[in-house]
Amino acid sequence: MKKLTFLFMAMMGTASIASAQSAAPDPLTVRSWAASCSNCHGTNGRAEPGNETLAGANKDDIVKKMLDFKAGRKPATIMHQLAKGYSDEQIVAIAGYFAAQKK
Amino acid sequence: MKRRQFIQTASATSALGAMGLISGCATLGGSNGPKVVVVGGGYGGATAAKYVRMWSDYGIQVTLIEPNASFISCPISNLVIGGSKTMADITTSYDNLVKRHGVNLVKDYATQIDPDKRVVKLAGGSELPYDKLILSPGVDFMMESLPGMSKAGAQDKVLHAWKAGAQTVALRKQLEAMPDGGVYALSIPLAPYRCPPGPYERACQVAEYFSKAKPKSKVLILDANDDVTSKGPLFKKAWAERYKGIIEYRGKHNATDVDAATNTLKFEFNDDVKANVLNVIPPMRAGDIAVKSGLATANKRWCEVDFLTFESKAAKNIHVLGDSIQIAPAMPKSGHMANQHGKTCAAAVVALLTGKEPNKQPIYNNTCYSFVSSEDVVHVASVHTYDADKKTMLTVPGSGGVSSAANELEGRYAMAWARNIWADTLA
Repeated sequence: MKKLTFLFMAMMGTASIASAQSAAPDPLTVRSWAASCSNCHGTNGRAEPGNETLAGANKDDIVKKMLDFKAGRKPATIMHQLAKGYSDEQIVAIAGYFAAQKK
Repeated sequence: MKRRQFIQTASATSALGAMGLISGCATLGGSNGPKVVVVGGGYGGATAAKYVRMWSDYGIQVTLIEPNASFISCPISNLVIGGSKTMADITTSYDNLVKRHGVNLVKDYATQIDPDKRVVKLAGGSELPYDKLILSPGVDFMMESLPGMSKAGAQDKVLHAWKAGAQTVALRKQLEAMPDGGVYALSIPLAPYRCPPGPYERACQVAEYFSKAKPKSKVLILDANDDVTSKGPLFKKAWAERYKGIIEYRGKHNATDVDAATNTLKFEFNDDVKANVLNVIPPMRAGDIAVKSGLATANKRWCEVDFLTFESKAAKNIHVLGDSIQIAPAMPKSGHMANQHGKTCAAAVVALLTGKEPNKQPIYNNTCYSFVSSEDVVHVASVHTYDADKKTMLTVPGSGGVSSAANELEGRYAMAWARNIWADTLA
């Protein structure tokens, strides 16, 4: 019984990991999405003076800011127009990429 | 190492990587790694060279062929013409590509491609073999559409200054030498051309200089297009309010010839125009090497590409990007866009050389700042994503837009943009 339970749980575990992996965008795709921000925010999010550095920033903070830009809750010169081009899923994935970069 | 062996090694490497036994592509390095040759060190080519190195964990060898000693930016170069910036402000060394990223920089000019042998021939006589060739040759001018420009000395007198460099300096000197009360005429070709709002920004820069130094002088814009092709209402507001009595705009003025001796411009339908300083931006097409190699399949002017990889539709293993390509709908020919092409192409080339699938969902943006004075700026922004049915890049509905009005804050952001894109491309 113990053995069966273990096996069942192991299988469930494998299944949920597998489905999580298929749902999450491919890391190389996310890297390319994030690179579309680097013209202004620096390679891998390490910006030159004058624009915000995203490397090592808090993921939830980036997501909230972007969703606020997208919804028009946060005033901006240009980011409200750019944020509307990215899906919420893309924003979450890109934020995760930058949060994981060294400052 | 033979190609097949390399692919086998590469896929074995990635399998090991996925198992967590090694990281990156350590075994790809050294002089036996695959070879990428990049032609053209502008926004597109320099970015592609850096990112192929970075994203292959420095395993793929990259040679960048560029005739100029350093990178001179077209964006911001209109401010040199206006007098508020210098050439030093828009010039960046290629040193970091070499020192930080191990790019092999060759100061030469590509003259010929042999797609079967996969070899690029250089003006200096050497030949470079490649596994993947990335062409980012920018634009060249269709001088044949203005016959007078081929007369001796014409191109030294009637400048385009549409490639930043010696002509940028020379045009500034012509404006400085012009007497007060003179006319500067700017001829704009039919779209598509490099940098849609660039000519209108230039008109503002020259007008600001005149308003301070030569207030009786005029700027005459002679546009082959029906109307202003980019940021129209914002530019027209600047001309009506800031440069009233200085700038005059005339649409539907398609230039057909130039008489450099008398500084006269001839048009398809309109009367001749004579000016003290004649600045003619000729119609343009993909860079010479791309046209000569038979890659410019759209109207014999632009190169059609697969937008997932930037591989030419006319030749395998040759990727074309930047201003040379047949653009997707609403995609501008801009330095920002060329940088985005460079990264998309680099990711695809690394994937293809390591036996992986290129990204099927590219998304990137364009942001373009124009200086209506030496401080105040207007922008246009857009977001472009791949449409699998139409096999092209389309703008995302509801995204993008322009500034509500010219403002100084965006003047600061424009310079921050410049510092950042120069670093992303070259550092």
